[in-house]
Amino acid sequence: MNSDSHLPLKIGSLNCLCHNDSPSSSIFDESQCNLLGDFSPVASIGGEKPPPLEHHRTCSLAQLESAAESRVLEQFPLECPRQERRRRLVSWGAMELQHNHISNNSIDSTSASFEISSSKPRRSLRRSRHKSLQFEDNFSSNEANPRLIYIDDPRKTNDKYEFSGNEIRTSKYTIITFLPKNLFIQFHRVAYLYFLAIAALNQLPPLAVFGRTVSLFPLLFVLCVTAIKDGYEDWRRHRSDRNENNREALVHQNGEFRSKEWKKIQAGEVVKICADETIPCDMVLLGSSDPSGLAYIQTMNLDGESNLKTRYARQETALAVSEGISGLIRCEQPNRNIYEFTANMEFRGQRLPLSQSNIVLRGCQLKNTQWIIGVVVYAGQETKAMMNSAASPSKRSKLESYMNRETLWLSIFLFVMCLVVAVGMGLWLLRHKEELDTLPYYRKIYFTNGRDKWKRYKYYGIPMETFFSFLSSIIVFQIMIPISLYITMELVRLGQSYFMIEDGDMYDSSSGSRFQCRSLNINEDLGQIRYVFSDKTGTLTENKMEFQRASVYGKNYERSLLMVDPLLEKNIAATDRRRWKLKSEVAVDSELMELLHKDVIGDERIAAHEFFLTLAACNTVIPILDRGTSSSCIKGELHEEVESIDYQGESPDEQALVAAASAYGYTLFERTSGHIVIDVNGEKLRLDVLGLHEFDSVRKRMSVVIRFPDGAVKVLVKGADTSMFSILADDTEMGDHIRNATQSHLSDYSSQGLRTLVVAARDLTDAELEMWQCRYEDASTSLNDRVIKLRQTAAFIESNLKLLGATAIEDKLQDGVPETIEALRQAGIKVWVLTGDKQETAISIGLSCKLLTSDMQQIIINGSSEDECRNLLADAKSKYGVKSSIGRNQNLNSGNAETDYLEIPVDMKLSNVPRWNAGKEDGISRVPLALIIDGNSLVYILEKKDLESELFDLATSCRVVLCCRVAPLQKAGIVDLIKSRIDDMTLAIGDGANDVSMIQMADVGVGICGQEGRQAVMASDFAMGQFRFLKRLLLVHGHWNYQRVGYLVLYNFYRNAVFVLMLFWYILCTAFSTTSALTDWSSVFYSVIYTSIPTIVVGILDKDLSHKTLLRYPKLYGAGHRQEAYNMRLFWITMVDTLWQSLVLFYIPLFTYKESSVDIWSMGSLWTIAVVVLVNMHLAMDIWRWEIFTHIAVWGSIFITYACMVVLDSIPVFPNYWTIYHLANSPTYWLTILLIIVVALLPRFLFKVVHQIFWPSDIQIAREAEILRKHDGWGQS
Amino acid sequence: MNTEGATSSGVAKDGALDSSSTAKRNSKKPKYSRFTQQELPACKPILTPGWVMTSFIFVGIIFIPIGFASLFASERVVEIVDRYDEDCVPRNYSYNKLAYIQNNATNKTCTKRLIVPKQMKSPIYIYYQLDNFYQNHRRYVKSRSDQQLRSTASEDVTSNCKPEAVTKNNSAIVPCGLIAWSLFNDTYGFSVKNKVLDVSKRNIAWKSDQEQKFGSDVYPKNFQSGSLIGGAKLNASIPLSDQEDLIVWMRTAALPTFRKLYGKIETDLEANDEITVVIQNNYNTYSFGGKKRLVLSTTSWIGGKNDFLGVAYLTVGGLCLFMAISFILLYVIKPRPLGDPSYLSWNRGTMN
Repeated sequence: MNSDSHLPLKIGSLNCLCHNDSPSSSIFDESQCNLLGDFSPVASIGGEKPPPLEHHRTCSLAQLESAAESRVLEQFPLECPRQERRRRLVSWGAMELQHNHISNNSIDSTSASFEISSSKPRRSLRRSRHKSLQFEDNFSSNEANPRLIYIDDPRKTNDKYEFSGNEIRTSKYTIITFLPKNLFIQFHRVAYLYFLAIAALNQLPPLAVFGRTVSLFPLLFVLCVTAIKDGYEDWRRHRSDRNENNREALVHQNGEFRSKEWKKIQAGEVVKICADETIPCDMVLLGSSDPSGLAYIQTMNLDGESNLKTRYARQETALAVSEGISGLIRCEQPNRNIYEFTANMEFRGQRLPLSQSNIVLRGCQLKNTQWIIGVVVYAGQETKAMMNSAASPSKRSKLESYMNRETLWLSIFLFVMCLVVAVGMGLWLLRHKEELDTLPYYRKIYFTNGRDKWKRYKYYGIPMETFFSFLSSIIVFQIMIPISLYITMELVRLGQSYFMIEDGDMYDSSSGSRFQCRSLNINEDLGQIRYVFSDKTGTLTENKMEFQRASVYGKNYERSLLMVDPLLEKNIAATDRRRWKLKSEVAVDSELMELLHKDVIGDERIAAHEFFLTLAACNTVIPILDRGTSSSCIKGELHEEVESIDYQGESPDEQALVAAASAYGYTLFERTSGHIVIDVNGEKLRLDVLGLHEFDSVRKRMSVVIRFPDGAVKVLVKGADTSMFSILADDTEMGDHIRNATQSHLSDYSSQGLRTLVVAARDLTDAELEMWQCRYEDASTSLNDRVIKLRQTAAFIESNLKLLGATAIEDKLQDGVPETIEALRQAGIKVWVLTGDKQETAISIGLSCKLLTSDMQQIIINGSSEDECRNLLADAKSKYGVKSSIGRNQNLNSGNAETDYLEIPVDMKLSNVPRWNAGKEDGISRVPLALIIDGNSLVYILEKKDLESELFDLATSCRVVLCCRVAPLQKAGIVDLIKSRIDDMTLAIGDGANDVSMIQMADVGVGICGQEGRQAVMASDFAMGQFRFLKRLLLVHGHWNYQRVGYLVLYNFYRNAVFVLMLFWYILCTAFSTTSALTDWSSVFYSVIYTSIPTIVVGILDKDLSHKTLLRYPKLYGAGHRQEAYNMRLFWITMVDTLWQSLVLFYIPLFTYKESSVDIWSMGSLWTIAVVVLVNMHLAMDIWRWEIFTHIAVWGSIFITYACMVVLDSIPVFPNYWTIYHLANSPTYWLTILLIIVVALLPRFLFKVVHQIFWPSDIQIAREAEILRKHDGWGQS
Repeated sequence: MNTEGATSSGVAKDGALDSSSTAKRNSKKPKYSRFTQQELPACKPILTPGWVMTSFIFVGIIFIPIGFASLFASERVVEIVDRYDEDCVPRNYSYNKLAYIQNNATNKTCTKRLIVPKQMKSPIYIYYQLDNFYQNHRRYVKSRSDQQLRSTASEDVTSNCKPEAVTKNNSAIVPCGLIAWSLFNDTYGFSVKNKVLDVSKRNIAWKSDQEQKFGSDVYPKNFQSGSLIGGAKLNASIPLSDQEDLIVWMRTAALPTFRKLYGKIETDLEANDEITVVIQNNYNTYSFGGKKRLVLSTTSWIGGKNDFLGVAYLTVGGLCLFMAISFILLYVIKPRPLGDPSYLSWNRGTMN
């Protein structure tokens, strides 16, 4: 073609326009259509050789169409600098001239060029041009290393064995590799290495503190438990893998389709799938039972979307599929993006582009299509489904990382204690150097007559002995480092998760989904969330569209309370016995209903008729009848038939509209590619669909051209208000009136948070139709630039429309969203909404869910350049007196939990600290601020570090932040904006694939199992059915879990430290010889059996407050923000308490049995019992809530300890034989224990009492109120 | 203390209603139970001032009588303690006690006179007390073979007994190990008014040890046959189960200062009686500066003479009573209505 000659120039200018990728994509498309706009008419001329007159019209039409385009162009906010845009417009105009010129002088050359174009070299030229336009960005990078698939030739495809087979393996081990591999994985944990190192140390002869088997016990115990758990899980995986791999599919072998196991399918093979079968691997569609190569698939397993999606085979292959296909596909290397696929196919010498719409993925199901045939491109582990099944990265809770800090302190204590023992040992040896040979209790030399005589016995010199005593004291004091705590915490979290999952109040009965805990490491983080980032659609709203209002012919109709059924019975059932039953019911407006049934023919009546016809016809919804009776059956045969109809479509808006039309008597019940059948109040109306222009984001409208049975042809259009009003015919006064009325209705609707669409139609004259038809045919069969050509064709008929009305669809808020948001706000949690919706919708939804309130000062940032954004931010900051980040960061870096959070709702603050410094100083009243920012501004802001911190300052001082029109990655960027700057916990909640990045970025990711699929759930840590459960999750379970785990950690530190310190004091009395008065078994059992159960039970079951109180006073959640349950101060208080208790434990028996005949085992037995009873009483004192299990655990532990002591003391080989029986007979023993318990716990009790009575925490007061004032309404309802 | 119960009945009804109406779809709905909903009946203790005062008073009331009782018991115990390690070394050896004790030729007999301060009712227990003797040293504690002590079959299980495990021809020492080797060997003879007091050495060890731990068919073998004698020798014709001194000694002491039972005197002693003790001062504590004491003591339900328990109980009891009173006072001065929502931190701010 001639236009080829100036193509390079345009591409060049294109490139210069498109330096920013995301905002300019629309420009890209448009400029494409512009530049193609000039030669497409030429093509039609060339192709059909029209008469000159026709040619003229084409030109004028082209002008007309370009005018329409330019209008469209103006409506889109263009981000490129103005002068550039002007230049483009200018050049465009110039091109138009040029184009006329061309068409005038080169008819002959065009026809010539067409001849050439059928020959090969031309093709390749076109191809390369095509490629340069469409594949420039995404394919060139892959082109260096494409994956070559030879269709129906698996041998050649796989000759290098580079592609994986279709066998999948999710299991980790085989029987042989289980033991080594499992051990290897287990020993990746530091805890186990620590156990191992201690056990190994203990095997060295000079250090054998414990018996050899005893010292291995804890390690073996833990290893066994974990190995059994892992083994079981892996066995289950093996089983499911086997089932999956042994399924069968039809594969093309030796000229026919034969059944073959999934695991044997290879890349390059041609596979046939029948209806309702699952796709075994990722395949490029070659053909289907539909002659046009269309197939419907359900992607439920992949992304959870339940609606049907359409996939196409290339026309070329679809026609050839019966004869067998061979060719070569070049596709990108396997990746996990399920929404993109780029490839091309060499087929019969042509090179066909393939895209997302040509591929079906493993795990999907074929629906509504008899069969499809496809070629395997990715198999097994390389399929997109498998690549997406990778587990999300594991997260570590904040409390746990703090805990590690304190563990470091404990290690220091351990080191100091060991050092004291070692130094003491060294000094003692030094002092007794002379006597060591003969000391009756040391004896380093053999005096027995024999070969050992005069040899040294276990003596390696003072420095070595000192070192050994250091090591052996590490063995004795090993539990100072609470390694078992990690295992305890895992168990506790498991239990907590169980209760969260089982919580009946977090069960969504509408979708039948329970709460899910997908991550077991961050339960307690739920109690400290400061920021919630929420998606809007599907998260705050149900994403179930509901037709709410209509403006027909300038008149507003609101839905009445009458539901569809009685009305239908009254109005329709009388005239028609046949009834369509919808899956969902729609309320109808009686007035509008009456209008439709009026016999009078008037403009209004016709408009209403066309309005609903448009709703029913202008869409891509597929009706699915439940009872498969064909639509061609004659009326009368189906008198009693009540057919249930379900609409499947990609857009929930369209579904809602079709359902609404059906409620008003316009039921769409059959759609094929050629026609649709609409049941209009009982009359079947068969409409031929001449063409359909699908919705696209540039035009923002869709249109359908239909021919009525009487031969009239109409184009029906629906679209966004912004794109529709410009293409209406502006003729009559009446038209203006309707237009104004509709516009005011629209603004009314959108202010209520409704999604609006404008509906319009017009008749096509024969000439127009013919013109359109030939262009449409050309465009829809053209190989390249099809989209652009179609868009132009659409613009050609989508003009001069007659306005019919507008619809308002409610994206219903989920239940309890405003209440939840209000509660979260009261709890001091900031809710940010990140949405892809436009600003007005976002604000109105914000208002309706009480996120925004009328008293808030809205700061709106809509910058279209970096400087603009900077100015806007700076203005807002100075206007509302936001402190700059420097001072604040210092403040933050001080790391004090009390000052960490700057902005909490005013009334939340304690009166002592004036946190809102800036606001006060500048004399600006404390108006709550709301920041509204759009995606374009974020593009500029998130690019620059300084702007980012400006935004951070501004955003953190606002109570509410609304981000509209944000891309998925920007969502993650915003989360990161907060996460990277402050310590506060962030939570992201969303339901769609576009929220995945945000969910993974945030500290806690919550997925909503809603309409949009499982992508978000798969990436999340927790998943639930409704947004409102967030309230319960955070305020109740989060609070409980945080309090529980916080206490659990402190208690475990205490429990181990008190034991170790007790041993330490005793060692000071044994000439530093690391003797333990306790028996080996008691030392080992202490943390494993004697005291472990109560901590676990309390960690799972204890509740400080009932859920009613917590929900009633959301501010109690602040305890987590203030880190009340676990902080440095509490740690040190606990440690001081520990020190006191250990001293009491040690010295009371020491004084009691001073200068008595007590033996070491009696003393050890006394200490064992005393420490166990003490730590359990300590726990008992702190338990908030005594359930039966708590009683069993606490008292049971003491009992078990006694039982163990009795058993251990009944084995005659142990030196401690019968000790406990002797002790139990002595009153002194019992009195000593009683004294120890009381004296040890007295300071703690006193502290607690004073604190609770005179400085009560909020939790304490709420608890008192809950328990003591039940009759006042606390704890009720 | 309150129990939760009434509140959950409503929920139970709801749950039942739900499950019946939508039973078919709700296969995944968590089954309602008070356990899974964490609503088990529970006791929720709360520290009201009443409770605090009651518990303090309660502890005080329990502790003070116990304190008095044990103090009284301890007071009633009559105890005579006499340190003899210094006195029983002849003056010419006082600068070289080690030489005296290690010399077999020296006369180890030593006579001491003790005055009975109060009447002592029988049985009067005779203890020896060693100071600075680390019977709890790890090397020492482990140096024994319990299997060997129990039965002749395990005679050769001596691996823990080094360096006193075997003789030069590798035959096992019974009883082996440092503990047995260092058996205490001072002896005491008592007489009052020239009348010899019988010292019963029966039943001074634990019955359980005698019956189970020390075999009645295990006889001492190769004992104290090395070049260094650690202490007492054992009569090889008496089975270990009857060697009660050994059994007592083998129950190693918990602390470096310890007493061990030597025997019992079954007659009462009157106040101001003069006891003559003839001591065979054989045991070498001089090498490590250990002290030796002879203790005669009666006993009570609390054990020996030790005021610690009594004093401690009295102190704690008194302290608790004191705290109870001060809490009452404090509470009268500055009361706080319990569970008043106006005391919640966010409400407090607005009040001022």
